[in-house]
Amino acid sequence: MTMNRRLFMGTSAAALTTLAAPALLADGHGKPRVIVIGGGSGGATAARYIAKDNKGAVDVTLIEPSRTYYTCYFSNLYLGGFKEMDDLGHTYGTLASKYGVNVVHDWAIDVDRDAKTVSLAGGASLPYDKLILSPGIDFVDGAVEGWSVAAQNAMPHAYKAGSQTELLKAQIMAMPEGGTFAMVAPPNPYRCPPGPYERVSMVAHMLKANNPTAKIIVADPKPKFSKMALFQEGWADHYSGMIDWIGPDFGGGNVSVDPAAMTINIDGEETSVDVCNVIPAMKAGRIADMAGVTDGNWAPVNAADMSSKADEDVYVLGDASQQGDMPKSGFSANSQAKVCANAVRGALTGSKVFPAKFSNTCWSLIGTDDGVKVGATYEATDEKIAKVDGFISATGEDSATRKATYEESEGWYAGITADMFS
Amino acid sequence: MQAKALLPLAVAAFMVAGAGHAQDSDAVAAGEKVFGKCKSCHQIGAGATDRVGPHLNGLFGRPAGAHEGYRYSKSMERAGVDGLVWTAETLDAYIENPKSLVSKTRMNFRGLKSGADRANLLAYLRSFSDNPANIPEAEPTAKGIDHDLDPAILALEGDPEYGEYLSSECTACHQADGSADGIPSVTGWPIDDFVVAMHAYKDKLRPHPVMQMMAARLGDEEIAALAAYFKDLE
Ligand SMILES: Cc1cc2nc3c(=O)[nH]c(=O)nc-3n(C[C@H](O)[C@H](O)[C@H](O)COP(=O)(O)OP(=O)(O)OC[C@H]3O[C@@H](n4cnc5c(N)ncnc54)[C@H](O)[C@@H]3O)c2cc1C
Repeated sequence: MTMNRRLFMGTSAAALTTLAAPALLADGHGKPRVIVIGGGSGGATAARYIAKDNKGAVDVTLIEPSRTYYTCYFSNLYLGGFKEMDDLGHTYGTLASKYGVNVVHDWAIDVDRDAKTVSLAGGASLPYDKLILSPGIDFVDGAVEGWSVAAQNAMPHAYKAGSQTELLKAQIMAMPEGGTFAMVAPPNPYRCPPGPYERVSMVAHMLKANNPTAKIIVADPKPKFSKMALFQEGWADHYSGMIDWIGPDFGGGNVSVDPAAMTINIDGEETSVDVCNVIPAMKAGRIADMAGVTDGNWAPVNAADMSSKADEDVYVLGDASQQGDMPKSGFSANSQAKVCANAVRGALTGSKVFPAKFSNTCWSLIGTDDGVKVGATYEATDEKIAKVDGFISATGEDSATRKATYEESEGWYAGITADMFS
Repeated sequence: MQAKALLPLAVAAFMVAGAGHAQDSDAVAAGEKVFGKCKSCHQIGAGATDRVGPHLNGLFGRPAGAHEGYRYSKSMERAGVDGLVWTAETLDAYIENPKSLVSKTRMNFRGLKSGADRANLLAYLRSFSDNPANIPEAEPTAKGIDHDLDPAILALEGDPEYGEYLSSECTACHQADGSADGIPSVTGWPIDDFVVAMHAYKDKLRPHPVMQMMAARLGDEEIAALAAYFKDLE
């Protein structure tokens, strides 16, 4: 069955054929059951598309501890004063009322792939035919010397949006005049490649208005980063003299912090700082590990349908997956979820399965009305999700173009969140 | 330019530009006749002002929707911001089928199908642009090239179910309920307009980089499927 499907999906000419004998998968228990763990960008999209397109033929359960999902996208704009926290919150009511998704606000604490069950912190054990994991990221223990999740109040990561983001903003607003904001940037691969640098831009924007003699230090283990030329041009234009980016050549990769003393040590040199945003190295959300579908830090998947390389009935979406060339972004997670939903639906109900197509575009805001973007399209190969074609905003673009790009990002935000939650 | 230099200064001052290259003069003359179709809305030459449409002096090299004082459609303004500049090639495509380039243009003109008519008209329009010598020559193929879509492509019946699957790539940005702010609506379009517009992105006549990239890998059938699906939304 799986072999046939894979073969079949590899040939786009056969795209319109219907699968045979799918009812097998629901053996004996009526409607086929899908469990989605994680109601973020990937999980909410997958649950919505499977439920929407099946019109009740499949039971979809979404497990997500939070009642409100705060998007990381645009959370930097909140730091910069361009958005309110409320603009970033999305709830699950529509998924339940309009599409019949069974939304369970709880943590998944274990997966038994032999018994095909998921255990919840609240004690329940739920059976599945197909399991979709989209748990996002957790941090690698000991990635930044001196930092642990226990220290995230003193030195927030703000790389999962919500209270962490609010905390970081409060700390920025409370900085003394002429104070220092430090960021420890993460090594590759990590969620949202331009994210740390958009954040630096937004913090600089905030400080320029409220605390113009303040300084920003960025310690970075990477010699190059996403949209680097665009950010550096923008920093020189808008925030000249404020931002000190320290790459690995100058010791940016050799960092430790002391959250109690509020100091950062870069290549042997200790500096007292007022705010320290530590963004550690990342790995797949812990439940992926517990489900036994990770290899190292991430969960390898088949590009054609996002199924785990370890288990054909488990799919991994978004940041947690190791899929190939796509960046870890909300746009990517949403794109992967739609390919996965189509494949899961086909496997469970025999609906048409169309060939996989993926795309991504990431917008970043550098200053007021100064938006830039980078994007690409991808296809599934046997080996991985492979990049087909891409583009990036040019340096030196005129202000009308940059403004239009920013406005477009607002349109994208409205569009993609509707595609997940409404 | 040579022609202009020969004119007495006082006369030249009233002209927006010279009459173009000597070798093009036949084309310019023929183009003036073709311009008869445009005259009810557009003026050109000395003393031209905006009427129903903007005056057309200095058109070449100007970004779309950028002539100050004239109120363009939103669609035309957006095309300009996206990077549409009037050149021989883009004008040729626009005059052939205005909606291929600017979906909701207010220019109510069905288009000039004859490539020769368009080439002549462009030669005429070009003679009223500043500094015609600095205007890049059209690509040889742009003269009278047929931008019109193969009727076989327009005749393709799209499969709306396939379109629905493909549309999930579009709805990452374009809202399925048709609301538009920052990103235009794609629902409820007449099928032909949708197909023509997508092919204009695919052929890189329409400028937007994301759309060019997305359209580049859509086949004729996929575009037809999307058109069929989006037509009936809302
Ligand atoms: C500052 C910043 C800016 C960004 N900007 C952009 C941008 O502009 N554009 C863009 O496309 N992307 C952006 N991103 C990236 C984007 O947020 C992520 O890539 C995307 O959210 C990944 O989706 P996901 O489904 O993998 O994980 P998430 O969206 O993080 O969802 C994971 C969900 O799983 C839940 N969960 C985890 N473990 C369990 C468990 N055991 N049981 C139940 N539920 C669980 C979590 O509560 C969470 O809700 C940005 C990220 C950051 C940090």
